Amino acid sequence: MGGAADILELMKEIRGRRIKVLVAKLGLDGHDRGAKVVARALKDAGMEVIYTGIRQSPEQVVETAIQEDVDIIGVSILSGAHIPLMERLISLLKEKGIDDIPVFLGGTIPIPDIPKLEKIGVDKVFLPGTPLYDIIKYTVEAVKKKRSRRN
Amino acid sequence: MSKGDSIKEVLDKASKGDKAALGRLLTIIETSPKKASMVVSEILHEEGGAHVIGITGIPGSGKSTLISRLISHYKDRGLKIAVIAIDPTSPLSQGALLGDRIRMQEHATSPNVFIRSVPTRGVKGGLSFSGVTMIEVFDKLGYDKIIVESIGVGQTDIDIMNVAHTIVVVTTPGLGDDIQALKAGIMEIGDIYVLNKSDKPEANKTYAYLDFALDLGELGGVDKRGWRPRLLKTSAIMGEGIQELADSIKEHLEYIKASNKYMEKIQTRRMLMIKLLAEKIFLEKLEDLAEKGDKIRLEKNNSLYQACINLIKKVSRELERE
Ligand SMILES: Nc1nc2c(ncn2[C@@H]2O[C@H](COP(=O)(O)OP(=O)(O)O)[C@@H](O)[C@H]2O)c(=O)[nH]1
Ligand SMILES: [Mg+2]
Repeated sequence: MGGAADILELMKEIRGRRIKVLVAKLGLDGHDRGAKVVARALKDAGMEVIYTGIRQSPEQVVETAIQEDVDIIGVSILSGAHIPLMERLISLLKEKGIDDIPVFLGGTIPIPDIPKLEKIGVDKVFLPGTPLYDIIKYTVEAVKKKRSRRN
Repeated sequence: MSKGDSIKEVLDKASKGDKAALGRLLTIIETSPKKASMVVSEILHEEGGAHVIGITGIPGSGKSTLISRLISHYKDRGLKIAVIAIDPTSPLSQGALLGDRIRMQEHATSPNVFIRSVPTRGVKGGLSFSGVTMIEVFDKLGYDKIIVESIGVGQTDIDIMNVAHTIVVVTTPGLGDDIQALKAGIMEIGDIYVLNKSDKPEANKTYAYLDFALDLGELGGVDKRGWRPRLLKTSAIMGEGIQELADSIKEHLEYIKASNKYMEKIQTRRMLMIKLLAEKIFLEKLEDLAEKGDKIRLEKNNSLYQACINLIKKVSRELERE
């Protein structure tokens, strides 16, 4: 899986449905190479990607998701503060009534933290080294699921 | 807010300041011409008093950074500000990377600010239509300043710039003496020219050059009688020249209000909206027919012109049937 043909197949699917993704750097660390690589890959697969830049607060991310009316949020955290930041982010989404927007997380996340994050409400955690194809595929499927729930 | 809300309900909530409803309303406008026209029907009989400001210029000239400064300026005066930030869609993948917000995120949580990124989505994507319609919605919802950012390349960008009350063209030092660059498209449409990044060493030289071009009438070509285009220096990064820019924008607003051009622009905007929607509906139907395997034929005994008329009639019949 993950060859050029698979990506083309996914792209065909994306074209018809127009997926809008918010890619955000949450917290105080200033390294956004990973986030940018993911943003570019999602764009190249045919999605509309809004990138916030570094050092965002959960409040900024949630407000941006609201104004841009995005389908899904991808967060990158390298600072180690992923638990409190994601707790805050998800509780804000609930507060605003938009917690049906799936949130995925990437960055330096210790494996033992993954179940905790999932319990908080993070839909999916990607560890460093995840093939970009997997992230694209996940995004398409998560948005599909969300839309079928809404309708 | 649930997705099942009718357009009227969504509009109602948006009018009451519900930003999620407004965000969703803008998506409706972007994705469905039919629903978009329902939205417009609901709001067209009234109009707000918004001032539409177009900010254009080559990528990297500092438009987004400058807009962020303008937002601060207007926010401090208690105004409500909407930003429509347009970025190109990749013709290859149909994807888009929308990065204008990066420079404006300090305003993301301000109650009186609403920022929306819009990809161009090719010609048929109807950016011009959704852009113009979004302006109409922000106007109706009581936004005082509606700022449209675009790179000003291609017809869609020019269309949308032309419905702005005030057009600001942003350039940077080092543009050199290349008069061709200046003559290309957008350099002729400015009411106000801004030399941004004036903190850079080559700024004075470029300023002198632009000043000279302005004197010669090379800038601000069409219908600028009664308004002499302004030339200003700013440094968006340092926050310099922002007050002067805001002053010039205000002066221009006073000028168009006094000369009746303010209402003319709104009428132009609405006529354009109808024309663009008609184009969009037509092209979508045409595509639809082509996808269903309907071939466009040139009959032997028909002229090309007659074939076109027949095609238009056919599309119209299909549209009537819906
Ligand atoms: N030196 C200098 N750099 C600036 C200035 N304004 C913007 N920039 C930088 O120019 C780059 C592009 O800015 P941006 O606002 O994104 O430009 P846009 O593409 O026209 O929207 C960024 O790196 C900004 O930090 C300025 O006044 N002086
Ligand atoms: Mg920009």
